[in-house]
Amino acid sequence: MTIKDLRTELRKHIRDYGMFIALFFIFVIFSITTDGVFVSSRNISNLLNQTGYIAVIAVGMTLIIVIRHIDLSVGFLSGFLGAVAAIALVYWNLPVVVVIPLILLLGVVAGLITGYPVANLGIPAFVASLAGWLIYRGALLLVTLNTGTIVIPNAAFNAIGNGFIPDLLASDWLLPNSHKLTLLLGILTIVWYVISALSSRRSKQEYNFEVLPTDLFILQLVFVSALIGVVTWVLAGYNGMSWTLVIVLLVVAVYSFVTNRTVLGRHIYAVGGNPEAAELSGISVRKITFVVFGSMGMLSALSGILFASRLQSATTTAGTLLELDAIAAAYIGGVSAAGGVGSVVGSLVGAIVYTSLTSGMNLMGIDISSQYIVRGAVLAMAVIFDVTTRKIGSK
Amino acid sequence: MSDSHILEMRQITKTFPGVKALDNVTFSVKPGEIHCLVGENGAGKSTLMKVLSGVYPYGEYTGDIMFDSALQQFRRISDSERAGIAIIYQELALVPEMTVYENIFLGNEIGGGILVDWNETIKRAAAMLDKVGLDVNPEAKIRDLGVGKQQLVEIAKALSRDVKLLILDEPTAALNENDCDNLLELIQDLKRHGVTSIMISHKLKEVIRIADTVTVLRDGQTICTLDAHKGEVSESVLIKHMVGREIENIYPGREHQIADETVLEVSGWDAREAQSGKQVLKDVAFNVRRGEIVGIAGLMGSGRTELARSIFGNPDRYELSGELRINGESYSLDHPGQAISVGVAYVSEDRKRNGLILIQDVKDNIVLANLRAIAARGVLDENAEVKVAREYRQALNIKTPTVEQQVNKLSGGNQQKVSLAKWLFVEPNVLILDEPTRGIDVGAKYEIYTIMNRLVSEGMSILMISSELPEVLGMSDRVYVVASGRITGELDIADATQEKIMEMATN
Repeated sequence: MTIKDLRTELRKHIRDYGMFIALFFIFVIFSITTDGVFVSSRNISNLLNQTGYIAVIAVGMTLIIVIRHIDLSVGFLSGFLGAVAAIALVYWNLPVVVVIPLILLLGVVAGLITGYPVANLGIPAFVASLAGWLIYRGALLLVTLNTGTIVIPNAAFNAIGNGFIPDLLASDWLLPNSHKLTLLLGILTIVWYVISALSSRRSKQEYNFEVLPTDLFILQLVFVSALIGVVTWVLAGYNGMSWTLVIVLLVVAVYSFVTNRTVLGRHIYAVGGNPEAAELSGISVRKITFVVFGSMGMLSALSGILFASRLQSATTTAGTLLELDAIAAAYIGGVSAAGGVGSVVGSLVGAIVYTSLTSGMNLMGIDISSQYIVRGAVLAMAVIFDVTTRKIGSK
Repeated sequence: MSDSHILEMRQITKTFPGVKALDNVTFSVKPGEIHCLVGENGAGKSTLMKVLSGVYPYGEYTGDIMFDSALQQFRRISDSERAGIAIIYQELALVPEMTVYENIFLGNEIGGGILVDWNETIKRAAAMLDKVGLDVNPEAKIRDLGVGKQQLVEIAKALSRDVKLLILDEPTAALNENDCDNLLELIQDLKRHGVTSIMISHKLKEVIRIADTVTVLRDGQTICTLDAHKGEVSESVLIKHMVGREIENIYPGREHQIADETVLEVSGWDAREAQSGKQVLKDVAFNVRRGEIVGIAGLMGSGRTELARSIFGNPDRYELSGELRINGESYSLDHPGQAISVGVAYVSEDRKRNGLILIQDVKDNIVLANLRAIAARGVLDENAEVKVAREYRQALNIKTPTVEQQVNKLSGGNQQKVSLAKWLFVEPNVLILDEPTRGIDVGAKYEIYTIMNRLVSEGMSILMISSELPEVLGMSDRVYVVASGRITGELDIADATQEKIMEMATN
């Protein structure tokens, strides 16, 4: 009975789980081909840090694609704003706490500027953002023209991309090789997850809504808790959680909440699903377009900060092709080009899949030329999977 | 028999899922005549012409088509074109960014093999333009011509292909009086040169002016074919045949409790398209009282939908003038959101295109226009959402397994109920229904009528736009008739008949 329930549940949500399953297989394959190096704490930690600057852009891109647009300008915008951050720190001597909000604000402004011709003049986003792509590329070269690479000697700033949260609970007698604060955060997350799942279930029962059968519900609780536990344990085995991971998780949590649980999120998906119907339902398509492009700009700025911090410098080529990596990650994560479909968490998973491929193939010593081909094939398969499962779902 | 006819369509039957669009239609055209095809919206005129031109290929309909003394089995439009049939649709099929001569020979380019002989093309195009009496430079772009001239280019295009039978689907609908005159004269001129024409038209005066023969369709059946030269054609005869169906008793009765309190009032209402400056509505004035169902009758393209949308926050960005009063207060609304906030709701004509979000589920659609009602500080209460959706599912009898069902899996009638539920959830004072029962079956229609009656008895006011005359007569308390962007008449339900409305609508 349970197995049958499980199967129908899985079939119902095959699209939601598809990417997790793909990720699982990628991990298994690379673990075997690299003799376990791939799943070592050190590699997983590295991998997640590398995912950071793609993931935040992919999150913003998800919403852009959901409302049926595209933004090609974000890669060089991220590179350019990273360079501005470096200049502000190195030449203007501004403190980090001033620089970061300033850069994020500049990002929002840049996003609104890209959004203006799209929202108000009906110019295709492809063209509007292609103009931005050229402009920010030029701007990046311009600000780094005299100096070339700008090295950032600021420890606090560089910690964003390279540092880990401090182990406030360090001790020698209990699990000396593990990062205790990370473990504690993991445990707290599991507790929070279980409590919120229980309260949501109780509230649904109060309304007399149907809920998962008890045994399946417990299975789900155990599975998700175990997953969080394993990831935490692996991370705690190296240096613990990185600041990058903290930032990415915060961004994903906030965006996930906004898209799933708020009026604004519902409006965004309505505009993506049918802009004319949304407009007639009293939603301002123009306003939503501005909001989504503004958020995209802000996340590009955040990505630029993460990238500059990780390299501890601003380079003349920062952000090159990052926009296409992010678009690929979003599509792998299940966003639909037809609009109205796609989740922020899916895009995070897509970004992890994408960087896992790079990381795993690097460890295997596979040539970069083959790596591109494999990544292309995975993107193609993901999109084909998405289209076919949607057809099955709609029957 | 077939010697005297250039076209004979015999026992044509065409069904769409659930609807018989053509039922045993017989239609014959004599060579060299102008044959007009008339009937209400949905009578089957356009479907018949699509069968003839191969849009619906051989095999998708039953019956025979004899054309030019041969049995024809057109599988695509190019087959019928090759046989000498040219059809000109209401929506013109020209490429605006191309020149007149390129358009005339589009798909029929002159030249040997790969290369196009542009000089020859221009020369022949000029000759064609001459033939239709259009004095424009063949090198002008279509975009820069008015609709009347574009129409003539379409005809020139058809003539360039050695056409034997020219079909015009409401050719004058978008034209002004002068262009209309020119076009009708051209059709008569072509007749003198031996071209046979079929014209679909709603404007009966035009029909009477040029037709040699008129065939009336109603509900997918041929009602009669009349010979103008024997004096069989007059406006009243045509109207009688067009609407002659008995009104079936499919309208639930109700007690009329109309308060003497005007809820919606529009006066001196003009609307122009912002870019082209084309006048869509002219000096419209009407009012709706509390508890009243007001019908807006009019044919397709008369300005009914434009009227509704111009009131409902003007999403088409028309340039408006005139006064809009809601509950006695004057408003200028420039977004549907504002219209909703002052108590107006609009259930759109085309629920699939601009009413529902088909990829989302029933509950998402029902709450969409009033999310604030189920949210606190911008955060949604998803349980309240499900509760609301279930209440409406029950109240309107929406047949769906769960409210989490995707809307595009529901039947048309149930989709329409979802659409209705969405707008009832905003709790409006005035509900504008645009073709509330289009494309849904009789049972669902009856349910929707019952809901409408319940709503007005609870004090709501309904403005119902419909091109189905029986529906207008069966449901309304008062009727306004719209034609060419104006109100051409107001009738109390006691005085209204199908004939009177049709006369005002075809004026």
